[in-house]
Amino acid sequence: MQPRILRVASGQGFWGDDLEAPVRQVENGPIDYLMLDYLAEVTMSVLQKLRARDRSHGFARDFVPLMERIFATCVERGISVVTNAGGVNPSACTDEVLRVGREAGVAGRARVGTVLGDDLMERLDTLLAEGHDLCNMDTGAPLADIRERVRAANVYFGAEPIVRALALGANVVVTGRAADAALAYAPMIHEFEWRWDDWDRLAAGVVAGHIIECGAQSSGGNCLADWWSIPNLAEIGFPIVEVSPDGSFVVTKHEGSGGRVDRATVTEQIVYEIGDPRAYVTPDVVADFTTIELEDGGSDRVLVGSVRGRAATDFLKVSIAYSAGFKAVGTLMYAWPDAAAKARLAARTLAARLERLGLDLELRADLVGWDSTHGHLAGEPPPDLPEVQLRVAVRGQSRSAVERFTREVAPLVLTGPPTVTGYAGGKPRVEEIVAFWPALIRREVVEPHLTVEVVDV
Amino acid sequence: MATVQLVDLAHARSGDKGDTANVGVIVYDPSHYEILERTLTPERVKTHLGALVRGQVERFELPNLGALNFVLHEALDGGGTVSLMNDAQGKVLSTALLRLEVEVPRAVADAVRGRGWAPADAYHRSS
Repeated sequence: MQPRILRVASGQGFWGDDLEAPVRQVENGPIDYLMLDYLAEVTMSVLQKLRARDRSHGFARDFVPLMERIFATCVERGISVVTNAGGVNPSACTDEVLRVGREAGVAGRARVGTVLGDDLMERLDTLLAEGHDLCNMDTGAPLADIRERVRAANVYFGAEPIVRALALGANVVVTGRAADAALAYAPMIHEFEWRWDDWDRLAAGVVAGHIIECGAQSSGGNCLADWWSIPNLAEIGFPIVEVSPDGSFVVTKHEGSGGRVDRATVTEQIVYEIGDPRAYVTPDVVADFTTIELEDGGSDRVLVGSVRGRAATDFLKVSIAYSAGFKAVGTLMYAWPDAAAKARLAARTLAARLERLGLDLELRADLVGWDSTHGHLAGEPPPDLPEVQLRVAVRGQSRSAVERFTREVAPLVLTGPPTVTGYAGGKPRVEEIVAFWPALIRREVVEPHLTVEVVDV
Repeated sequence: MATVQLVDLAHARSGDKGDTANVGVIVYDPSHYEILERTLTPERVKTHLGALVRGQVERFELPNLGALNFVLHEALDGGGTVSLMNDAQGKVLSTALLRLEVEVPRAVADAVRGRGWAPADAYHRSS
């Protein structure tokens, strides 16, 4: 029998999010599914690097100790977990989950599903040879231009393989680069048996997923509207959607938790990282955000309905990470009087020294505490500014040039303008720049390769 | 007519997609949506943000949410890990936009002035 209401809870908005949040979601009230989003674009290339060093790595390690804590409770309460913690090595992640499952005593009572096939690294040259140019969506340039520098290539897939895993009885589904929102709406498709061309319901699922995929950012975290009055951020409740079979849903959080769910907190998340709201493109449907109707139900409940969608496109998005040079950032703190004028002289002095050294670097200098975020809108700093931090950043193709820059910051303390401090951190660290190359690929090239394995703990 | 800062009429959130940032501007009072729809043209926003946005500014309307979405091209110095900006992901570009001055009827100005600012005692609250 179909459930009347399905409760899907968000437990992580990114790798590094509140470690206690998913535990509170499981323990502090009723939920049916827990979705955990660990992957940002930059995460995939970091994970590729880790896997290159160690074939058993390449996934979001936080997920394993989390399952150690919640696996038994999830099984007892019938809560399923859907996560993209698999990163670039979902099988290795699943092996660890199976291990902690046995240790937690759920052997024979739980199944773990793994979705494979989103990693295009090994297929990249074949794809190029077959005429898939993987042109940059923004610039139109062909991937061949940067082929040797590619570090990771993963396709954003949709809900279908996750639904397959759930249908095979998986209580935990581990994926790689699934579209974030798919982790949330795959359970809805599975439980309510929505059709794959039921565009309005799929679009409603996408909106629900979009609202909860960034964790507490829809339940009072990072909310500008009346931020000073949002209660108990220390124990902020992560969002939960209570979905009806028709696709309408309520955004809420556990009773007694901190934070807030109202029209303002939910709307801020709806507009987060969107382009044309009439065409929010996902692998499964194109959702129209201008059709969303919100109703504030009070008591941390917002009703969402009327969402419309239309057919998905023939393409899937590929996220390609490639090496694009090096960068470094250094800071120095200048004090009153004339703090800003001193910092600016220091920046000019540094620029002149880099020039004399003949280093091919792009340099940017900002005054943190004055204009580093609002630029010219901040106006001219007053002479009696108590203090300001000079932030100098460079990038270039040569690691040694960037290394040399890192040796030019500290000397300013004794060879530049006066009353400077705040240099306790040592010399700046050189970082490799990993840039992103968004591309499209025809879905039939990828979808047959998306496979699902489900095994007993 | 009178002038108020956008911060008193609307709240906002911003984020990134590569070198493109977006700012969603949301009215506090639905009856003010039309004022913003009329005055916050893409040209006006482009002029206000000046050097902060190198490319074009696109505007999309979400009257259902009392919101306008501004898409700012080439606003993040290459974006993500390439950018040398402190705010490389455009997380607080929202507030740069909220500095914009908007002409409103005097009654509206009187009603909203200070709306976007914390009360004087807010900083001393413990939670």
